[in-house]
Amino acid sequence: MTPPLLPMRHAPSALLANGSEQHAIELRNLCVCYHGKRAFRDISLAVPRGEITALIGPSGCGKSSLLQCLNRLTDMIPGCHVEGDVRVEGLNIMDPAQDLLTLRRHVGMLFQRPNPFPLSIRRNIELPLREHGVIRKPELRARIEQVLDDVGLWDEVRDRLDSPALALSGGQQQRLCLARALALAPRVLLMDEPCSALDPLASAKIEELIVRLRGQYTVLIVTHNLGQARRIADHTGFFWTEDGIGRLVEFAPTHTLFNQPQDPRTRAYIRGERG
Amino acid sequence: MDDWLPASGRTRGRTAAADRTAAGAAWMCAVIVTLAFGWIAADLLWHGLSRLTPGFLFEMPQLSGRAGGLASIIVSTLAILAICLAAAVPIGLGAAILLAEYSRSDRRLGRFVRRSLDVLAGVPSIVFGLFGNAFFCVYLGMGFSLLAGGLTLACMVLPLLIRSLEQGLREVPDDWRNAAAALGMSKAATLRSILLPAALPGLVVGLVLGMGRALAETAALLFTSGYVMRMPGSVMDSGRALSIHIFDLSMNVPGGTGNAYGAAVVLLLMLLTVNLLALAIARRWQLTQPGPL
Amino acid sequence: MISPQRVDATLLAALRISAGLAGVLLLIIFFFMAAESWAGLRDIGPLRFVLDASWHPEPAAANGSFRITAMVAATLAATAGAVVLATPLAIGAALFLRFYAPPGLAGPFKRIVELLAGVPSVVYGFWGLVVLVPLLATLGGPGQSLLAGILILTLMILPTITLLAHAALVSVPPAYLQAAAALGMSRWTTIRSVALPAARGGLFTGIVLGTGRAAGETMAVLMVCGNIVQLPDSLLAPVRTLTANIALEMAYALGDHRAALFVSGLVLMLLVTGLVLAVARLDASSGRFRHG
Repeated sequence: MTPPLLPMRHAPSALLANGSEQHAIELRNLCVCYHGKRAFRDISLAVPRGEITALIGPSGCGKSSLLQCLNRLTDMIPGCHVEGDVRVEGLNIMDPAQDLLTLRRHVGMLFQRPNPFPLSIRRNIELPLREHGVIRKPELRARIEQVLDDVGLWDEVRDRLDSPALALSGGQQQRLCLARALALAPRVLLMDEPCSALDPLASAKIEELIVRLRGQYTVLIVTHNLGQARRIADHTGFFWTEDGIGRLVEFAPTHTLFNQPQDPRTRAYIRGERG
Repeated sequence: MDDWLPASGRTRGRTAAADRTAAGAAWMCAVIVTLAFGWIAADLLWHGLSRLTPGFLFEMPQLSGRAGGLASIIVSTLAILAICLAAAVPIGLGAAILLAEYSRSDRRLGRFVRRSLDVLAGVPSIVFGLFGNAFFCVYLGMGFSLLAGGLTLACMVLPLLIRSLEQGLREVPDDWRNAAAALGMSKAATLRSILLPAALPGLVVGLVLGMGRALAETAALLFTSGYVMRMPGSVMDSGRALSIHIFDLSMNVPGGTGNAYGAAVVLLLMLLTVNLLALAIARRWQLTQPGPL
Repeated sequence: MISPQRVDATLLAALRISAGLAGVLLLIIFFFMAAESWAGLRDIGPLRFVLDASWHPEPAAANGSFRITAMVAATLAATAGAVVLATPLAIGAALFLRFYAPPGLAGPFKRIVELLAGVPSVVYGFWGLVVLVPLLATLGGPGQSLLAGILILTLMILPTITLLAHAALVSVPPAYLQAAAALGMSRWTTIRSVALPAARGGLFTGIVLGTGRAAGETMAVLMVCGNIVQLPDSLLAPVRTLTANIALEMAYALGDHRAALFVSGLVLMLLVTGLVLAVARLDASSGRFRHG
């Protein structure tokens, strides 16, 4: 039997499992290899609960791979091997006995390219909800309306819930994907450059939504857009590649990282001198 | 043809002569192939089309097939085809899903199955006939029957079927697999609600290819489903497939050539229909299936 | 409600069983072919397949004679002839399709080749019997002959080789050809010294698979070759191939005779398996070369 869903908003922190007080995600000595070649190594990081944390740095330094470790999407990549200690809400998710379906229900993800299913708008949200045990019609309907409203899509699509999701614009698709993830009331939301495939207007809308998630969800976002990190993130981590291996150079409150970077590489990167 | 390949005329002397000769030779090969095709097609249509009357399709064969129609033959052919698909499709689809969707967790099994199917695809059909006779007819006691013939064909089309069904599944973009996984959806639900419906046109194309292969086969049926021309009463009866009918009429029945032409055209039309169907489905799919963004 | 985890586990088990069945089918076939051949190998012994006076099989090994060399020779001759004829034609047709065909012709020509590839072997055999054989009979002899078999097999493997060769030519990186063009090479020089060498792995695969198809073909050769067990002394002489022999005699063969037919089937199967594995090895090594 699937556990019942948590209430959608303001999951009281008492319900959050026993882990550390302020950290939703804790990584210790995380390494990822593809076919024996290291993508990054020895990443240790603690992501504060209920805040927005951005990961910045040049492409290919393992930021996306790191996100995929957190919901074990890495399990689907051929030749990918993960080592180290990852705790999400105190749970050791690298435990082979960890049930992936439950993990992924609690850790939502938004991808670089919007990926709604080739189904109707309604079915896109309904399908995962049904999978996790919400089957009563009125409840489904209420939840679909609520999450679509949360992402500002309800007014745009209320009359065409049964038309194909792929007919929506890119920005709308991405918001639908966000609504779909929110419907499961996850504790953590992973976002892999969620705006990079969108035009500036749609991108601004998504950004606005992410900011509104602050306090309710722990958001970990990978972005190439330094301005975006600066605008929305509470904490920012800077990744850099050396000899083809990514590492976390610096992790600090966003304001500090951008204004008083400790590491010369960070300084060069945020000034646009390198990367 | 590509613009950036040098045109033949510009070069001089010996190179130019070699160039012209090569072009001439390539054209010649194409002409020979086209003529051969034209000859075969014209001959079959010329002699066969006039036989295609409703009576030819719906009457029972008489005088060893010299006269009458193809009724029992067509029924046997369709029965063998149905048995073949009923056996091959579930196994083929299961194997294709495993190969396409579990390539990471079941890499060893996948490699074994793939290698084995590659070899199986090259095994001559007469060998399938021998195996079918030994295994289905004798060992399992089915005798010469539609069932034995259909199952033998199922073994034979399995490699082609699995490969094309797997191809159909692989054409579904990974975006949807990732989205479903990230939402904590079970593999079963992902397949049922998203991947299989999205891959359906590709799967149908695979199915149709398998059907074509089964319809065209003769040697594997010679000593599994047999020659009996009567209308089959059950799947345990022997029945004569269309391809065997063509063989028998032309080799063993003096004066059977006329009806053999008719039967050959019926067989070719069935194959052509099946292929056009696959083509139409594939084309329709490309038009209506927008990828994600 | 059953948990989704349980459903997934059951599904995976079912998929593994299907895939496993598909995978072991080859082994089952090998096993049954070997089991049915065993009695023949034991009673007749491998030597008699070569040393006996002729092919006059009987259900009891002691009464019959089991020499299959003439049929092996016929299979080899028909296959070799077809491959020798089909290979240049097919490569020429593939070059035409890739480099010479005007845009309006390439599509229809490819359709023609694909249609030829889809014609059932019994229809090739039938056409050979009613059209080709009478024509060859005017050259002398019965018409049903080794030559008729070679010509029909050529037609049958031509589309296979053409399509595979074309695929190989298409996959030659355009950059190679552009480089050659930039050096001012003529079209033929470009094809000969750049395109064909770059595509040779695929061409070879096509030829080997065509060879396998020709060696294993039954119906067409059964219908046009005349089926007399003899070493062919001319192209116009009738012959019987291994496959035709199985098709002709299987219906009434008993005992060691039946086993002898299975032995020839097994030999055929091993031969073709060897070819397929050779191609796989070749593909793997050329793949390494390409990526390495």
